[in-house]
Amino acid sequence: MTTASNAAEPEIRTHHDLVDEKIVKFYFITALIFLTASMLAGLLVSLQLIRHNPFSGIELFSPGRWRMVHTNAVAYGFLANGFLGALHWAIPRLTLQPVYDRRLSWLIYGAWQFVVGATAVGILLGQAQGLEWGETPVWIDPIAQLGLLLVAINFMTPIARMKGPMYVSLWYFLAAFVWTFLTYAMGNFIPQYFVSGTSAGAVGGLFIHDLVGLFVTPLGWGLMYYFVPILIKKPIWSHGLSLVGFWGLAFFYPLQGIHHFLYTPIPMFLQYGAVVSTIAVELVVTTVIINFFGSIWGNWGLVKSNLPIRFFYTGMVYYFLTCLQCSFQVTLTFQKVIHFSDWVVGHAHMVMFGVFSMWIMGMMTYLFPRMLKRDWASRSLCEWHYWLSTVGLFVMVADLTLLGLFQGWSWAALEPWDASTEFSVPFWALRSIAGLAMFGGLLAFLLNIWLTFRAAPAAGAESVPAAGLAAT
Amino acid sequence: MFESKSGILYIAGIGFFALAFVSNALVPWLMYNDLKEQTVEELINSNLRYQFEDLARRYPDSFNAAYGKPPGGDAEHDAWWNEKCGDALRYGHKLYVGEGCWHCHSQFIRPVSNEEARWGPVSRSVEYQNELQRPVLFGTRRVGPDLCREGGRRSNDWHAVHFFRPDSLSQDSPMPEYPWFFDGSPDKPNAKGLAIMTYVQWLGSWQESYPYYEAYVESPLPRPEPVEGAEGGVAAATEGDAAGGESANATSPDAEATRENSQ
Repeated sequence: MTTASNAAEPEIRTHHDLVDEKIVKFYFITALIFLTASMLAGLLVSLQLIRHNPFSGIELFSPGRWRMVHTNAVAYGFLANGFLGALHWAIPRLTLQPVYDRRLSWLIYGAWQFVVGATAVGILLGQAQGLEWGETPVWIDPIAQLGLLLVAINFMTPIARMKGPMYVSLWYFLAAFVWTFLTYAMGNFIPQYFVSGTSAGAVGGLFIHDLVGLFVTPLGWGLMYYFVPILIKKPIWSHGLSLVGFWGLAFFYPLQGIHHFLYTPIPMFLQYGAVVSTIAVELVVTTVIINFFGSIWGNWGLVKSNLPIRFFYTGMVYYFLTCLQCSFQVTLTFQKVIHFSDWVVGHAHMVMFGVFSMWIMGMMTYLFPRMLKRDWASRSLCEWHYWLSTVGLFVMVADLTLLGLFQGWSWAALEPWDASTEFSVPFWALRSIAGLAMFGGLLAFLLNIWLTFRAAPAAGAESVPAAGLAAT
Repeated sequence: MFESKSGILYIAGIGFFALAFVSNALVPWLMYNDLKEQTVEELINSNLRYQFEDLARRYPDSFNAAYGKPPGGDAEHDAWWNEKCGDALRYGHKLYVGEGCWHCHSQFIRPVSNEEARWGPVSRSVEYQNELQRPVLFGTRRVGPDLCREGGRRSNDWHAVHFFRPDSLSQDSPMPEYPWFFDGSPDKPNAKGLAIMTYVQWLGSWQESYPYYEAYVESPLPRPEPVEGAEGGVAAATEGDAAGGESANATSPDAEATRENSQ
């Protein structure tokens, strides 16, 4: 398709030739719709825990089912759509090659929304599969697998066609497309059709973990390596540390799956291996964090003035905290107490919302004004979005972490089971309030997007706006 | 190599993934390969059959509506019960997964944190080599108690009332209600209700220490607040005349759970 243009003199492709802004916008808006649904689902479950579920006893509103909608809508509806949108921006601009085929992009967009929507409907009708984060009903799995293959083809083609050295982001993207495809195949088919029991537990552990480590994490970091230097107008501090970060993650991250099932009948030597590699990856993470903080060193004012940068670096702080926490909680000593407790729920929220959602929000905050060719309608709504998200999440994580310790000690002390659900209620209530704050942040963002859509384009619309928020 | 397309694609993308898969998945897979995976039919044992027939005795109308009536001859009779019990177990498992029960109830006992004292023997690999652990239901969170030693701890009546209105038996329980397992009241479980109770009664039914609840004695640990008529709870739990629901709340699940600690 591009042969005609290739035959001509080598030309510099413009942004317009490379990036299909419409699909970026569609992905972002869809992602936000799914995030809204997911947060409402989470709210419903949290209300059930404090025994104020307004829909109690209604089958289609069963909290057990909505709990699965909550996690799946975040992973596949929000994070995947948000990343796909950002990738449609970043990959063509990095490689100076368009995606394989724009029609394929739209086919993937449609197919993916079908997959996520059908997953939600299937779960609500009680057809879930018994695999955490793989609850997607079994009949949808092959469609999702095909979709991931098409995603890989569509994005790996420009990477394959590009000439010259690959930038760090592209290492992460290239590996992530392979990993995501393999991870999904491993998790959704092997424990369902090939193995059962303890070994299926090992595979399930790998799946949950790789979904975070090999799908979400590399896409997230790849996009950080792309957006952060652009916004701070400086290259990344150390190329050597970038190498350490990528290869350390690639080697250690896949080896950790079994740490989700410590003290199970899975052989102990495998559990030790998972623990050790988890602690190892914390060291790798530290090098990445140092690299990014080295990059912004001397420009700290940006954190105040530039909202996307603030979202990104807040996410990185949460990332460091998550991984630091993980290197403790993964030890058998901590596991005795905190496994099965709300500590883990807090940890999951810190990584999924505190890190990756914050990053996607930052990317959206940066890209919407550029695509709409006008500034945000309201700076203060942007601030509300940031602060409600950040503070809400912090309160939620602190609350659940503390509660997890109390639960674990109560269980180990052989207190009656009811005691643990009874003293949890005030903590769960605070969690609901923190969740409402995060939801409020999202509403502020949605309102701001709507107001910005309706506002008149900035004067001289042809040029990319100064992106007032991004101005230094 | 470290920055080239092929290096990243083959070494990081495929190579490291494969290394992790071999070491973390293939190794346990091969280690347990000699443990034959049991089918549902092979899982039916006399404890489970007892509970399943108990369902037929307690809820004859519901049971006949869901499974029909057993045939006459002895051999056929036995085969019929096993067949229906297997059906119920499969369907119950499907409901357990579909309702997300496993997100709040784990199914493994760890050798730490006094779990053995609370629930019973530590979980072993062989217990999971069956069709109903596909995918395995270890679980990662306990809002409610672990369930892998639950079978036989409580009567079918207790479970019926508990599924219908959990907080009528477990005070302040955060467990959701499941009225769609019943035709209007806890003494009328429908096919779903019968199936989920069969599944829950199956959990741990293979254990030698089964069943627990017949020998119920009051917990030696102090209760937060004594409930009136605690003695009546014994009868309610064992004879299971809990159709009234609220009247049976004297027996809390922890009282029973902690009883095993003293054994």
